[in-house]
Amino acid sequence: MTEQSHLCLVCDGELDIPDDVMENELIVCPECGSELEIISLHPFQLELAPEVEEDWGE
Amino acid sequence: MRAGIVGGSGYTGGELLRLLHFHPQVELTQITSRGGAGRYVHSAHPNMRQVSRLKFSHPEALEACDLLFLALPHGTAASNIEQYAALAPKLIDLSADFRLDSDTDYKRWYGSAHPAPVWLRRFIYGLPEINRERLRGADYVSGVGCNATAVNLALLPLVSAGVLKRAAIEIKVGSSEGGNTSNAGSHHPVRSGAVRSYKPTGHRHLAEAQLALGSELPLHFAVTAIEMVRGVHLLAHCYLRERMTRRDIWRLYRGAYAAEPFVRLVSDRTGIHRLPEPRVVAGSNYCDIGFELDADGEHLVVIAALDNLGKGAAGSAVQSMNLICGFEESAGLRFPGYFP
Repeated sequence: MTEQSHLCLVCDGELDIPDDVMENELIVCPECGSELEIISLHPFQLELAPEVEEDWGE
Repeated sequence: MRAGIVGGSGYTGGELLRLLHFHPQVELTQITSRGGAGRYVHSAHPNMRQVSRLKFSHPEALEACDLLFLALPHGTAASNIEQYAALAPKLIDLSADFRLDSDTDYKRWYGSAHPAPVWLRRFIYGLPEINRERLRGADYVSGVGCNATAVNLALLPLVSAGVLKRAAIEIKVGSSEGGNTSNAGSHHPVRSGAVRSYKPTGHRHLAEAQLALGSELPLHFAVTAIEMVRGVHLLAHCYLRERMTRRDIWRLYRGAYAAEPFVRLVSDRTGIHRLPEPRVVAGSNYCDIGFELDADGEHLVVIAALDNLGKGAAGSAVQSMNLICGFEESAGLRFPGYFP
């Protein structure tokens, strides 16, 4: 499978996006761990996925 | 290459032994200990049982070799530097004796005249991230201060970019920073569970931070001993000269460290390991650095973690050895820490 590159919306890190990716799929940035949702394939558009707040039980 | 360790019974000596034993280009031929002479090294470093068959030798039996690591108490290396230089063409001193480049600064921070001031300028400060090119081909290298290394690596990208106005830093450290000589403060009932701010101002490592980052920068750092054996955890409140975005900060740190073999950026948006933690780098040569930008875009919290015996001492020393000897820079250091 070949992969195309796009940049993370949070950190500008390079994302590896598989060619067979689908709309609404979640992609995780390998550098900052942000979850990005693919909201459109044509044109290709990403959006930050909602973040679940954690308080680690504190 | 034949290497020796002078003062091998302490914690940094033991960490050097562990690293050098597995280094592909180093044959460790001697390791000295005045008190342990004649004993197997595992008598002081039990992790090396059946790994190394070396015995400690007496310092007076020290033989010539290609490179000597000096892991001696404060002041000892400086007092005997001519003797060590006569035995090996390359020296790496892990103490604070040759970290500063002037006698005046040494006297200011260490309270006495330097025993061998002419040697101060012969040593290169052994932090590859700031002195890589100067280290290549050098003969004399000074080790780094563990807390200073955390400060320098955490702030260097901000200082280089000219965006840091001032920083207030809190560093939490483990008990191994105190060395292997016991004192009233290290007695178990006193030390265990302690959260002890032992140097809220004026820590000596500030001198090394000023050398690396510039003496004009308003830097304040306090050090607190906590319940931890290995590790340095730095948290710096950084006040920026201009409003920045999270993406700006990422660009800046990535620009500084993307090619560095032992600096990792750890600044995830989610998860329990989103920011650096000393446990994760324990036993390794990594320094992890992360950050969180306040909503105003001008207050940045930078967090760094390293192993005080690793990247903060023996790891950087071995990395520097690789550079001065022309070895691959990460040779003998390519392993992660352990987890959990």
